[in-house]
Amino acid sequence: MSTKHKKMLCRILASALIFGIATVLDGTQIIKNEYLYIILLFAAYFTVGWDILWRAVINIFHGKIFDENFLMSIATVGAIFIGEYSEAVFVMIFYQVGELFQSIAVGKSRRSIASLMQLRPDSAVVERSGSTVTVDPSQVNVGEIIVVRPGEKIPLDGVIVQGSSYINTVALTGESMPSDAKEGDDVLSGCINMSALIHVKVTKSFGESTVSKILELVENSTANKAKSENFITRFARVYTPVVVICALLLAVIPPLFLGVADAQVWRSWVYRAMSFLVVSCPCALVISVPMTFFSGIGGMSKRGILVKGSNYIETLSKCDTAVLDKTGTLTTGQIVVTKVYCENGYKTDDIIQLANICESASTHPIAAAIRNYAASADNTRAQTIEELAGYGVHAVVDGTDVYVGNAKLMDKIGVSYKACTDVGSLVYIARANEYMGCIVLSDVIKSDSKRAIDSLKECGIHRIVMLTGDNDAVASNVAAQLGIDEYYSQLLPSDKVTKTETLIQNKTGGSLAFVGDGINDAPVLARADIGIAMGGLGSDAAIEAADVVLMDDNPLKIALAVKSARRIVSIVKQNIIFVLAVKLTILVLVALGAAGMWAAVFADVGVAVLAILNAMRAIRIRQKL
Amino acid sequence: MKKVYRLDEIDCANCAAKLENAISKISGVKFAGINFFAQKLTVEIDDDRFDDVMAEVVKTVKRQQPGCKVIL
Repeated sequence: MSTKHKKMLCRILASALIFGIATVLDGTQIIKNEYLYIILLFAAYFTVGWDILWRAVINIFHGKIFDENFLMSIATVGAIFIGEYSEAVFVMIFYQVGELFQSIAVGKSRRSIASLMQLRPDSAVVERSGSTVTVDPSQVNVGEIIVVRPGEKIPLDGVIVQGSSYINTVALTGESMPSDAKEGDDVLSGCINMSALIHVKVTKSFGESTVSKILELVENSTANKAKSENFITRFARVYTPVVVICALLLAVIPPLFLGVADAQVWRSWVYRAMSFLVVSCPCALVISVPMTFFSGIGGMSKRGILVKGSNYIETLSKCDTAVLDKTGTLTTGQIVVTKVYCENGYKTDDIIQLANICESASTHPIAAAIRNYAASADNTRAQTIEELAGYGVHAVVDGTDVYVGNAKLMDKIGVSYKACTDVGSLVYIARANEYMGCIVLSDVIKSDSKRAIDSLKECGIHRIVMLTGDNDAVASNVAAQLGIDEYYSQLLPSDKVTKTETLIQNKTGGSLAFVGDGINDAPVLARADIGIAMGGLGSDAAIEAADVVLMDDNPLKIALAVKSARRIVSIVKQNIIFVLAVKLTILVLVALGAAGMWAAVFADVGVAVLAILNAMRAIRIRQKL
Repeated sequence: MKKVYRLDEIDCANCAAKLENAISKISGVKFAGINFFAQKLTVEIDDDRFDDVMAEVVKTVKRQQPGCKVIL
């Protein structure tokens, strides 16, 4: 509680105490003094409500008549005029209790969301002219060397120049498995250095670094408002004037018919009109909807799911078609050796070693994969290496000709080989005109992809489509393994856009989400109803192009995002329906004379409190599916 | 040009909504959005008139919400 809140609480308690004393004095008839009672009630009224009255007066000069301070003042002053002193005091006290609670709740939710985003580093230790100085991260220049001690947050993006350590990315990705980083590895701001001192050369200024990008994204997310949010602000804009006009009519019209001359009739209807004004404040409605979205966005960001706006939460919740890019989304996007076939008595090790030597100079991804698979190469064994573009490599190793390449190469050199039928990239190898065997390389499916597809189906996403630039054999193989029935292969990036557009035209009601790795599918991400980029960590392009960014590359997060969005939207709906229903019920009861001002203010404040508590539930997003 | 400012002492969501509406109506303001929870005001204003229009924005905030301040 801030000092402001404490002051308010003291005023409320003081006022309640005076009110209590007055009521007791009046009830027990110890002192039969009407004037003392009224003076005490006025004291209580002004103690708790002077600021509201003051603001109401100021607002009249600004021409704001539908301001809630003004309405509360009218309602309570009106009550005083018709002699309902205690009601006026009670309403004012309760209204202030409600405002106080709201203010505390908002402060609390602001803080809990801020603590989710405890990413922002406070300082950076930078090496300057031989010694280290602690400065604000924004004052560190690109190219300077910063020192990060174990347990500290990495303040800026950079590359490790000295030391190696475990890095915890939980604040960015929601993934608590630390990864190890050594000299030459990139590290991102916002991660925590776990085990050892590292020296990092800064590659991006603070404003451009990952942590700033993420914070900016989440903080600005509510600029993109959801439909339900706009609905509620528009509704609030008409709700208050309508209720006020109804109150006016209620005060004037029924007495005209029921007895213009009867003061008692007038009193009764004016009282009902004043009670109407008590319910006219739309704050509960206006606060609960954006608060739910904001809590939800905060909660999702803790799980490594960044959503760029409340409107995307709404669209995501309606998702019934998922279009997934294969490479980098369902598969790791990195080619690895998956199988080695040996012929003519050669062993796997011989084949790999030889292939490794031949490919040692090449920059082709296949060569890199083979090099990664074989631990180390003895490069002294190769006398010459020449690349045969479109075929492979020819090398002389230990004085013998070795050919490593595709089937065309084998045909060219006239070696009889056994054509392999595996799906993937095939590398044949022959030595001294003798066929040795074949290495199969492919892009491996991520371990969670199957479960990710299953859980998407579980969420009621009935159409799952896979798009890929790869050939049909690879595509059908991956689709079959993952249980995807619809796929399109051999697509150029522009074909992916056209295909997605066709799918959007043919969809049935719900929205279409496209999931890609954000590297070369930015146009598709932009074209889909909702573009989800995976593995956004450190990729500016992905963060720029997508509506939703999954910080790590775990495909399970897709379904988690959809489920969380649905939960948030359902909380929003609960709040809208609940608040409207309660407000309408009170209005009807008040008009019928079945509820007084007490009940009205009680229900009004109560509903605001409940809506806020319900909104705060949205911050809790499940860790796993 | 789009700029984000901090708003101090913005207490009620409805006030924020009203303020947002009022700022949007200022001539020269292309877009105005208030994030009540993050206490941020985002405005988009033409570059050549930025300072004049922004001064008008600050005035509007002061008039609409006397307790609220734009931290420039």
